[in-house]
Amino acid sequence: MTDAPVLEFVDASVKRSNRVIWSKGNFSIPRGSVTAIVGTNGTGKTTMLSAELGILPLSSGSLSVLGAPAGRNNARIGYVPQNYTEVSESNITVFDFVLLGITGSRWGFLPASATERQATRDILDFVGLSEQSRLRIRELSGGQRQRAAIAQALVNKPELLILDEPLANLDITSQHSIVSLLSALNKDMGMTIQVVAHDLNVLLPILTGAVYLLDGHPHYSSMDNMLDSQLLTHLYGTTVEVITTPQGDMFVTHNSAMEPATRTVHDEHPTSDAAQWHSAHSGDAPDTPSDCDTKED
Amino acid sequence: MSYNPLWLTVLQAPFVQRAFIAGILISVAAGLVGYFVITRKSAFAAHALAHIGLPGATGAVLLGIPVLWGMGLFSIGGALVIGALGKRASDREVATGSVLAFATALGLYFSNLSSGAAKQMQSILFGSVLTITDEQLFTFAAFDIILLAVLLLIFRPLLFSSLDENVARAKGLPVTLLGIIFMIMMGSVITVAVPAVGTLLIFALVITPADTAMMITRSPLRAIVMTIVLCLIAMWGGLVLSTIFDMPPSFVIVSLSVVIWLVVKGLVALKR
Repeated sequence: MTDAPVLEFVDASVKRSNRVIWSKGNFSIPRGSVTAIVGTNGTGKTTMLSAELGILPLSSGSLSVLGAPAGRNNARIGYVPQNYTEVSESNITVFDFVLLGITGSRWGFLPASATERQATRDILDFVGLSEQSRLRIRELSGGQRQRAAIAQALVNKPELLILDEPLANLDITSQHSIVSLLSALNKDMGMTIQVVAHDLNVLLPILTGAVYLLDGHPHYSSMDNMLDSQLLTHLYGTTVEVITTPQGDMFVTHNSAMEPATRTVHDEHPTSDAAQWHSAHSGDAPDTPSDCDTKED
Repeated sequence: MSYNPLWLTVLQAPFVQRAFIAGILISVAAGLVGYFVITRKSAFAAHALAHIGLPGATGAVLLGIPVLWGMGLFSIGGALVIGALGKRASDREVATGSVLAFATALGLYFSNLSSGAAKQMQSILFGSVLTITDEQLFTFAAFDIILLAVLLLIFRPLLFSSLDENVARAKGLPVTLLGIIFMIMMGSVITVAVPAVGTLLIFALVITPADTAMMITRSPLRAIVMTIVLCLIAMWGGLVLSTIFDMPPSFVIVSLSVVIWLVVKGLVALKR
């Protein structure tokens, strides 16, 4: 293992059908880091992942991934796209789905080896899906599907794990369990992780830095510099305040304009009461304070 | 519908025997691609390809060349265009639907140009499994062997790219090429299956049994084998029942396929 950066952007720009998506990217991402790619819709977050995977060529500049031009080292990258397994029409089981991470790029019809099957069982155990391995993917919950997708990306033992919106459409409990999984991968195995995320709050405890797409240029920032109200307000285009809670930093918005004027029916119960009623029975109430609007978009 | 007391004798006639053999060969072909048609969400594209084949078939009669050739040429040509546009193109239902309608109209126009084609129209639209010739059987068998060989070679990459193009592309698989190869396979299977049930009813042979199979199995390979079995039940059951009760074979074949699908769907829903 070397200290060379996992990703290195030098004057990098990307175009899609002659429109510049972003340009002048100059930053590197160190090995062993957990980085978020943040920015509002349409700023080119997913485009950045496509460039890193070599699927979309740069229009200028250079981008090296794991010490070689983007696309060369894809075998050492685990990639989990957005909404993977979301609407699968297939009857494929969790086990076969994860196994495809190893055998899927192989031509011909040789059965999978015992070693490959064992590697699949090990990774299912690691992500906590051993008991579900014979179920069909479409029979899993959203959080379990995301674990299955991550397991498929991990089964080849990648050095870099890239995830596109892994927390989208998940409930808070599932979001936290995915974040714990990513934390274990980073801390126990030293894996470098890059996450595209709309909502940074849940990820904050594990992030070491963020690439933010602002005014058409990507910038890298360590987490301490990132948690700045002015920067976040500019980045998201809406007032964002950073507050510190016992759980750590969390940025929130206070924007009464977000409440639709057309709403005629209001839930008049104090939210603290509602939280109490629900947590008493189900035990899975969100562990974030429910009386502050966490940043969603 | 009327009972035919001579049904056992009829079933032994050479033209019915040929239909039984065709049943096996068509079931294998339909089973091999059906699973992927559904996994790739290409069911509508498959349906459209059958219709795109129609002007090829009637045009072939007009020109005096074998129907299968004209049909194959148009289906595979259409398959190449849809395949080259990428997997997402198969979701472009409006474009596909418009081409489908135009192709059907063109088929009608060609059939109007010659009385021979007009006579063939009925059998192209609704199938004529009892008129299959020895020569067609040999073509089907050769085709099945090629199809099986190609699928064995590309099975896993095709499955991987069918589940998600992006992941497969990131792994360095030739996703677009796989898409084109698959569309050609699908166009060919449709060409082969049209003599059994016709372009209008082909959905029930290429897609319905595959969906039934996917409800009751848990692996791609088992689903494919089960699809072949279900197709065969529909084809053979359809031939026997249509002979006993003197009904059009296409009707009974399609009905069996759809009834099995409905029953399984109901049972699966009840189990939940």
